Amino acid sequence: MFTAGNTMKKNNSAMTVDADKRVTFDIERIRGDFPILHTMVRGKPLVYLDNAATTQKPLHVIDADQRYYHSQNANIHRGVHYLSEVATFEYEKARGKVKNFINAADNHEIIFVRGTTEAINLVAHGYGRKFLSEGDEVIISAMEHHSNIVPWQMVCEEKKAVLRVIPMNDDGELIIEEFEKMLSPKTKFVSVVMVSNSLGTINPVKEIIRSAHAQNVPVLVDGAQAVSHLKVDVRDLDCDFFAFSGHKLFAPTGVGALYGKAEILDRMDPYQCGGDMIESVTFEKTTFNALPYKFEAGTGNIAGVIGLGVAIDYIRRVGMDEIETYEHELLVYGTGLLSAIDGVRLIGTAKEKAGVLSFVLETVHPHDIGTILDMEGIAIRTGHHCTQPVMKRFGIPATARASLSLYNTKDELDALARGIGKVKEVFHS
Amino acid sequence: MSAINELYQQLILEHNKSPRNFKTMDDADKKAEGFNPLCGDHYTIFLKIKDNRIADIGFQGAGCAISKASASMMTAAIKGATVEEVEALFQKFHAVVTGKMTSDTDVEDLGSLGALAGVAEFPARIKCASLAWHAMHSVLHEMNDSTKTVVTSDTMT
Repeated sequence: MFTAGNTMKKNNSAMTVDADKRVTFDIERIRGDFPILHTMVRGKPLVYLDNAATTQKPLHVIDADQRYYHSQNANIHRGVHYLSEVATFEYEKARGKVKNFINAADNHEIIFVRGTTEAINLVAHGYGRKFLSEGDEVIISAMEHHSNIVPWQMVCEEKKAVLRVIPMNDDGELIIEEFEKMLSPKTKFVSVVMVSNSLGTINPVKEIIRSAHAQNVPVLVDGAQAVSHLKVDVRDLDCDFFAFSGHKLFAPTGVGALYGKAEILDRMDPYQCGGDMIESVTFEKTTFNALPYKFEAGTGNIAGVIGLGVAIDYIRRVGMDEIETYEHELLVYGTGLLSAIDGVRLIGTAKEKAGVLSFVLETVHPHDIGTILDMEGIAIRTGHHCTQPVMKRFGIPATARASLSLYNTKDELDALARGIGKVKEVFHS
Repeated sequence: MSAINELYQQLILEHNKSPRNFKTMDDADKKAEGFNPLCGDHYTIFLKIKDNRIADIGFQGAGCAISKASASMMTAAIKGATVEEVEALFQKFHAVVTGKMTSDTDVEDLGSLGALAGVAEFPARIKCASLAWHAMHSVLHEMNDSTKTVVTSDTMT
């Protein structure tokens, strides 16, 4: 059923370049780069469709992790010895890769964090707690992940500010006219998701940012689900903050990045205090280090950061445009397959979508769908996907969600459709 | 029988489709809510206790087939039983679904509840089968509190 071979290819680009420099998306080669894809689950080949939860890692990233602990491990920014210099060099090189990947203006606008959640908390704390006051308003959207709701809820409660929510329509698209109406001199911050994790909707963040900026309101973009599917250019978007996680981008868990415009980051308070983020400490007063170190207290996930850089190299070699085109084809194919199954209702039918097929099946609960698919070797996510307000909006307790990545195939989507048939058989629906 | 048919036995599917004692009770003596925030399964159990026996029981709520069938089968199994009998059944059921007691006699002792024994093979689903039981159990021995909410998590089966 799978065409991918079992040979592992190291350090090879997944693109084939022919004489006239046209490139083709070589799915077999890509699948060869991800050893875990060749796992057998309960006697069946793994069909991994839980990429919105976390992506698998290519050999390049796995090797980088090994290499770091084999021959590069030392603490960074403080040693005068050889290994410390090597580790610091590799760590800072990764910062440059992230900067280029999202087209930031400067390396010091990239802050390494544990992931998107920590990035948003950093901004809610460092910006929200400092600049919000009673009666101010923060705007988020109806399709935010809990991690872009709760930090703002907490800071609004503390500052007696008001949290407002951009509504969405039945297709899972934000109603931008409502957002425009919400914007007022009271608005002090906007924080919105670029691609919804439970619906797949691609939001018009550029438009949102333009409107917010017209009122001098800064905007954070939650890019957790965007970076592995779409080309992101923070300067073209003109967002003030952009947050993403490494592990949804083929890098290790526990590492992510926050981009922030330097002039705003400079005005913010540090999020955590400790080593590395100080300039000088006396018992009377501490002055903080310059960007980005002001926000990187303590020893971070050095191997993870280096792995993130390697993952970015990998994606760039495959090509973001090619990934976008290939995944869109998969999404269209999967949408067609699932729509054709009697009883399946897709949740999230926005015109602009990426990577996600969320659905419900008649009266069968998504958890039962998930268990039966698992017996077929198919990994999907079931539940509320940390977006309970989205579930409430659609009047459902949960969905089954198949989420795509660059290494998935049409064969795998066929397997998913057959699996759903099996669910129907078991439940006689 | 394949593992999937073992889990989704006809009896379980039937209870899921037509749950027993699926009703609210305004005059209940005790009320317990079972909630799993991770998956959203949510049930309320109503108990009427008379002369140390479960005089009546009802439940309401929504969740997966396993949790709903288990709640339904629980109400059928403990209606009319003494508090001590319920306690013994709870312990035995819990042991069977968590795979801690797997001899055939133990499963047979459970009667039709034994249909849920297949859950032990699916670690992620054990808490579905035990949700209603935990809720019922938590409130059964409460002397003063007549209502209680039980929130389960992955570490609680």
